[in-house]
Amino acid sequence: MTTMQHEFTADRQVERKRAWSNWATGMLFLLPSLLLFGVFLFYPMVRTVYLSLFLTDSQGVPIVFVGWENFLNLFQSTSFQISAKATALFVLYTVPAGIVLATALAILANQKLRGIGLFRTMFSATMGMSVAASSVIWMFLFNPSIGLFNRILAALNISGVQWLLDPQYALLSVSIATIWMNTGFAFLILLGGLQNIDQSLYESARIAGVSESCKLRKITLPMLSPTLFFVTTVSLINAFQTFGQIDLLTKGGPMESTNVIVYSIYKDAFINYNVGSASAQAVLLFVTVLVVTVLQFKIGERKVHYQ
Amino acid sequence: MTLTVSGLVMVFPILYAFLISFMQGGEVLQGSLWPETFSLANYVSAFERVPLLTYLWNSLLVSVLIMAGQLILCSLAAFAFVFTEFKGREWIFYLFISTMMIPWEATMVPNFQTVQSLGWLNSYAGLTIPFFAMAFGTFLLRQQFKTIPKELYEASQIAGISKLRFFTGVVLPVAKTTITTLAIYSFLTAWNMYLWPLLVTNNEANRTVQIGLKQMQTQEIASDWGVVMAGVVMVILPTLILLFAGQKRLQEGLTQGALK
Repeated sequence: MTTMQHEFTADRQVERKRAWSNWATGMLFLLPSLLLFGVFLFYPMVRTVYLSLFLTDSQGVPIVFVGWENFLNLFQSTSFQISAKATALFVLYTVPAGIVLATALAILANQKLRGIGLFRTMFSATMGMSVAASSVIWMFLFNPSIGLFNRILAALNISGVQWLLDPQYALLSVSIATIWMNTGFAFLILLGGLQNIDQSLYESARIAGVSESCKLRKITLPMLSPTLFFVTTVSLINAFQTFGQIDLLTKGGPMESTNVIVYSIYKDAFINYNVGSASAQAVLLFVTVLVVTVLQFKIGERKVHYQ
Repeated sequence: MTLTVSGLVMVFPILYAFLISFMQGGEVLQGSLWPETFSLANYVSAFERVPLLTYLWNSLLVSVLIMAGQLILCSLAAFAFVFTEFKGREWIFYLFISTMMIPWEATMVPNFQTVQSLGWLNSYAGLTIPFFAMAFGTFLLRQQFKTIPKELYEASQIAGISKLRFFTGVVLPVAKTTITTLAIYSFLTAWNMYLWPLLVTNNEANRTVQIGLKQMQTQEIASDWGVVMAGVVMVILPTLILLFAGQKRLQEGLTQGALK
């Protein structure tokens, strides 16, 4: 063997040793996360799909394989149809209005004024509010006899509304409370997006004598579109996962009018002990969120302006 | 003007809760907006009628544990993604991304069963460990770690500095601000958790303060709005203070996470 060959094998050995050490370190550092994702996310997801194909006992132990029956039963049940409709309406009520509100507040708070920091703090305050605390406050505001809303109506000589007890208004009332709860987070991110816009664009627009509304349409909104896109995705996914405010404000009622999907899963699994049906609904929730995310990215790729 | 009005409308519910917590029963029923005297009686009553102190302590402990767990696991994983190259790393990266597409609520039934069979119901382990791994935090830190030149890592390897030393001595200090942002975010989210603590705790010894609020609202105290609002104030005060202190940092951090 020549010296050169010697060096070559030695090099290869060093290389192999390094690759192995890299792999070992990488895996060691990733292992805790991978393990927890495996046990508390991937396994239960697969298990949910599995359970959705079975009839289970009250403990959630699968007994008989029933195939699509849980799903077929769901599609035929009026209760599930009401729940699906409530979820869709809830998303429709909360997401667009919430984003418009947060964008408007972010544009307002992006002005360069003295004391603007105070307003930014005010607008982002709901981010520090838990769903439970917020719900209790709104429960009081909606109270038919002593709540603020009916007092205002009374002052205007309009008869009071049973906000959370009337099937006609309950979902709308919960949606209003939810919009308020979610504003802080969306506001903070959108404000960050606004602050990242290159100021020289506005400078040029000012010199060219462009109107304020034109600046908003031609500069602000297009430049903000990646952030808006992110906020929309997150808001949509959050809306599908709503639980706390329903549990505290309406318990899914009245007449199931606010029985959104996650609340329905919770009730079926932990109150009615119908784990098969709950799992089938969980699978549908998963598929919905997946479709929304994929669609968002497909549309987002085409429509969003990236710098 | 618009600014002032919208600011007041947004904070009104919070401000109102503070004001009610100082009012006497009669004032609440009359619909006053401002308490005649600022009395702390409702707070005393709230602590007497529910074990609020235990709940607050539980929430604090759970939030700090989740925060610490997430920081450790996220920074370890981010380090692996940035500084080690090996076959299958890409694949694991996509696995991390895919976790963001699984709504946690869709997995709660088997998760409950897992925690139950581990004997973790009504325990801090059951309340915290399932949340330690977090893709968002990993990506946020990965973004920050990437700013450290790889040559620095290679040089330290040749100089015989251990990987753990490099991690704790170089990487973590560089990412200090991002880590603080993530810590605030983790704490806020953990403190405000509702559904999972509701599922896995059913005794007063382990209940978190959010579930304590539900308990207050469903007991006979519910008609005593002043006391309930005192409870609400105790729950939101820590997170509001944290938010006000870290608002700017949080905004920068979240925007960074959103756009990259």
